[in-house]
Amino acid sequence: MIDFGYNINADRQIDYDRNDRRLARYILEHEPTFRICISCGTCTATCSAGNFTYLNLREMIVLIKRGEAKNIKSDIEKCMLCGKCQLACPRGVNTRNIILTINRAIERLDF
Amino acid sequence: MNIEGKRVIWKEYQKEIADDHYFYVRSCVRQSFFPGSETTFLRILRDELGKDVYENPFHTTCTGIAYHGDILPFETTMTVIARQFALMTEAGYENYIPSCITSFGLYSEVLDTWHHFPEIEKKVRDFLKKATGKEFEKPKNLAHASDIIFKFRKEITSKAKFKLVNRFTGDPIKVVEHIGCHYSKMFPSKGVGGAEYPYVLAGLIEEWGGDVIDYPERRHCCGFGFRQYLIRANRGYSIACSRKKFESMQPYKPDAILTNCPGCPYFLDRWQYAISEMEGKTYGVDGQGIPVLTYEELAGMVLGYDPWDIGLQIHQVPVEPLLDKIGIPYDSQKKFQGKNGENLGQPATAHSLTFYQG
Ligand code: SF4
Ligand code: SF4
Repeated sequence: MIDFGYNINADRQIDYDRNDRRLARYILEHEPTFRICISCGTCTATCSAGNFTYLNLREMIVLIKRGEAKNIKSDIEKCMLCGKCQLACPRGVNTRNIILTINRAIERLDF
Repeated sequence: MNIEGKRVIWKEYQKEIADDHYFYVRSCVRQSFFPGSETTFLRILRDELGKDVYENPFHTTCTGIAYHGDILPFETTMTVIARQFALMTEAGYENYIPSCITSFGLYSEVLDTWHHFPEIEKKVRDFLKKATGKEFEKPKNLAHASDIIFKFRKEITSKAKFKLVNRFTGDPIKVVEHIGCHYSKMFPSKGVGGAEYPYVLAGLIEEWGGDVIDYPERRHCCGFGFRQYLIRANRGYSIACSRKKFESMQPYKPDAILTNCPGCPYFLDRWQYAISEMEGKTYGVDGQGIPVLTYEELAGMVLGYDPWDIGLQIHQVPVEPLLDKIGIPYDSQKKFQGKNGENLGQPATAHSLTFYQG
C-alpha cells in the first residue's frame, strides 16, 4: 500500500438501506413514544448524569433512529434512571422506559 | 431505466448549437491530462465534417481553477474572459467553443452576470480597454465541444467503423456517463437536456449503439471540486467522492465511463489507481479498472482512429479490455511509442490494478 499523503475520507451519508436499524425497530415496538421525540434536547439539558459524564439522550435517540448508535452499550451504563428527563420532556416521551428497553434490546439483540 | 418520461424532459431543454465557423479554445489542463482528446476533436471537425475551426495561440486560461479555488476575484476572471472574447472578435468569429466544462460554466456565468448587470459589463469593458486596448463583441453562440460532437453525432455514425457493441456477446456496450457539474448544474438551460436529465453524452452512447446505465450516484460530483483537490491534505474529500461513485456504479458492471470535463475523466481514471494502491480495491472484472473515456476519444474510437493516436495510452486504467470487446485493433508494441517513433517509456506496474497485456 502506498502513502500518498492523504486518506480517503469516511462517508458521512446516513445510509438507511445498509445501517443496522434493529434497535430502533425494537424500541418502537416496545415504547411507541420513541416516535414522537422532536430532538429538542430538554432531556439532555436536565440530565444530572449528563452533567458529569458524556450521556446525551437526545443524541442517543437520533443515532438509534439512524442505525448509527455504535457506543450505545457504554453510553447507556451512565444513566441512573432518575427520570428527570421524563419530567422535563415537552412531548411526553417515556424516556425511562426507552432506556430500560434499550438495556433489554442490548441483551436480546446481542449488541 | 425508464426513459420515456426522460425523453419528454430532454426535449424541453434543447439549446442552440451553431453549425460552423467555430472559435475553439483549448483547456489548460486537458492538454496534459488527455492530450489526444483535443487534437481528435479538431481532426473530426476539420477532416470528417469539413468545418471551419479557428484557434488562437494567444488564448490563455479562463482562470477557472483559480476562481473556484478562491484565489482570484470575479473581476479579474471577467476581464480575462473579456480578453478571450476580444481575440474571437479580432479573428472575425462569433461562435465560441470551449473544450473545458469549467470554462464553459464560467463563460455562461460571466455572460449571465453581464445580462443582469449591464453596469458590470461596462466596467469590465473599461478594465480590458485600459489593460490591453482591446474591445470585444459577446459570442452569438456559446457551446461546449461536447455539444458540437452531440450535434453531429449522426454524421459521425454515418462515417463510423465500429459500433458500441460487445462482439463476444452481441450486447450493447454498457456505459455510465458523467457530464460534469459545470456543464448544466449551474445553468440548466445551457446544457442539452437540462440539469437533471442531461442528454449530451447519453445521446452519443445511444446513437453509437451502446446502452446508457443509470446508477444511484450518477449525478454526484467526480471529486475534482477544486478546493477539494488543490491542497494535498484535502484530497481525502476528492477521492471519497470518486469512491462513492465507483461503489455505486460497480454493481451495474459498466464497460466504460464516458465523461465531459477535464477533471472528471482525470479523477475517475487516476483515483481508481490511487484507491487500488491505498485499499487494494478495484472496480472492474479480474482486478481491472473501469476504462474512462472523454467524448472525443469515444468519437475517435467509433471512427476507427488508431487508439494510440487519440491518446488512450495516457490513461491510468488500461482501455484495452474495452477495445477488445468492441473489436478495435491496436498494436500493443506501439503503445508507448511517441509520434516520432521515440520510446516514451513504460509506466511502473501498479500493485493491485491489473495492467492489461492483451
Ligand atoms: S433517567 Fe437517565 S437520562 Fe434521564 S435524566 Fe436521569 S440519568 Fe439522565
Ligand atoms: S426532551 Fe423529549 S422530545 Fe426533547 S429530545 Fe428529549 S425525549 Fe426528545
